[in-house]
Amino acid sequence: MLGFIARRFLTAVVSVLLASVVVFSSLLAVPGDPAEAILGLNASPQALTALRHQLGLDRPAAARYLSWLGGIAHGDFGESLNYQRPVGRLIGGRLAVSIPLTLASALLACLIALPLGVLAALRRETLVDPLITAASQLGAAVPSFWLGLMLILFFAVRLHWLPAGGFAGWSVDPVRSLEQLALPVLALGLGQAAIITRMTRAAMIEVLDQDYVRTARAKGLAPRRVVGVHALRNAMVTIVTIFGLSLTNVFIGSIIIEQVFALPGMGRLVLTAIGARDFPLLQGEILVYATTIVGLSFLVDVAYGLLDPRIRYT
Amino acid sequence: MRRRLNLVLGLALVGVVVAGALLSLVWLPYDPNALDFAHQLQGPSLQHWLGTDQFGRDLLSRLLVGARGTVVVGIIAVGLALTVGGIVGAVAGYAGAVVDEILMRLVDVLYAFPAILMALLLAAVYQPGTLTAMTAIGLATVPIFARLTRSSVLSLKGLDYVEAGRALGAGPTRLLRRYILPGALGPLVVQASMSMAVAVLAEAALSFLGLGTPPDVPSWGNMLREAQGFLAMSPYPALVPGLAIVWTVLGWSLLGDGLRDFGDPHRRRA
Repeated sequence: MLGFIARRFLTAVVSVLLASVVVFSSLLAVPGDPAEAILGLNASPQALTALRHQLGLDRPAAARYLSWLGGIAHGDFGESLNYQRPVGRLIGGRLAVSIPLTLASALLACLIALPLGVLAALRRETLVDPLITAASQLGAAVPSFWLGLMLILFFAVRLHWLPAGGFAGWSVDPVRSLEQLALPVLALGLGQAAIITRMTRAAMIEVLDQDYVRTARAKGLAPRRVVGVHALRNAMVTIVTIFGLSLTNVFIGSIIIEQVFALPGMGRLVLTAIGARDFPLLQGEILVYATTIVGLSFLVDVAYGLLDPRIRYT
Repeated sequence: MRRRLNLVLGLALVGVVVAGALLSLVWLPYDPNALDFAHQLQGPSLQHWLGTDQFGRDLLSRLLVGARGTVVVGIIAVGLALTVGGIVGAVAGYAGAVVDEILMRLVDVLYAFPAILMALLLAAVYQPGTLTAMTAIGLATVPIFARLTRSSVLSLKGLDYVEAGRALGAGPTRLLRRYILPGALGPLVVQASMSMAVAVLAEAALSFLGLGTPPDVPSWGNMLREAQGFLAMSPYPALVPGLAIVWTVLGWSLLGDGLRDFGDPHRRRA
């Protein structure tokens, strides 16, 4: 098992390193002089020289990459040009919004989707299955940001039940902050739920068609035991994958949802970085996103190996 | 029967969007950018079938022009992914060993960059626009096609008829082109339809964020971004493009499902 984890970890590290090369070299691909691109054509030569030095443009690219990477290893992502503050601290400050938003949305999605998916799989001969399948197919076609707009229209504009956006801050007003996260979580979670309902249904059907489930049925076990003990446990492998996948999807989806609801999270930060051509911030943010995606898929693989011993040996 | 329904319904939904895009080339009810401050934020009426936006622009005209972008961006992005992913996957699967390992490791890196991250990177380097959006969506979709092609090639290359082709003296390129890839085509077509659905969603999202279609060109994502500020005054500018996106995405994914079941009789039961 340890060997399996070590192998997967090594692959993940290689992926992150390659991703860091992609992120870093994107700055190199900026046509012309990045310092000029940032400061504009009217910048004074002194300002350009200073910025070039700050960006390290007066050194070879490979040396810059290594010192950037070395800094990150120590938690130093460099300094934001726009905010004049360390990138690491800027990102850290935004996690108070992005992490609760991501976790709550993924959890909501699974809480809705797992029971519905299992139910659809178990009731294949009735109307329940086509109804759930059709609803999830329709739901998967709804863009989360449009669903967000519709939720604002209904719950904020019409009913005045929940705020339309903004974020008070956990230390300022925790209750208000929770209220402000409710609609974003709903918008992200519902769309994701539609996607994973279909996956859960497919996974469950595959397990239910296996011989050992037929055997369990044939020897007269109660349906609840057949499903709960034999089928669900074996479907767990897929379900863990699904949860990991929905965490990734929701984390990326939060970029746009934060924009819809004016939430000061990582997504808003990365979009302001684009607008301000704040390359150090942009690189740091994108690397954090990419690393999180690779990290989540590593964790899913490990969980996979723990749940299904066969996978460790392949 | 229900399965045939997917195919028919999917074709119908997608057909309407493509027809709308084509129609917009020859006929539009109004100039999609014509301002009309006497008719701002109106609901559907006989003059404006779907209503007007905050500048009095006709929503139906903007919707039809937006359909063009949706269709074109989707086709080019998925075409790019299919071409690059198909070639990489075919070479990796056919060559095996070290080539396979290196190619697939490189493709795996793309997994770490979903369309939106890719678009952010490209937007930093070039001006954000339709081209960067298409490229970003295409690149982010490459891994799916690479993996799919690779696994098809792996399972096909050992089959007797491929061996027979090799015995007849066909080289690797001819074997791949004439013997192996036609067999792998079915799943790729299904995936292309599914990926169109994802591409439509991604394009709308990128335009909504200002990373896609330029603001002066009507696109469904742009329409939604502009509508957000006027939600309290009129729901139509947000409803119309949103429902159009749902319609289109549903169409492509139903079409994908339908094609899959059509090509695989075993699945018609499940």
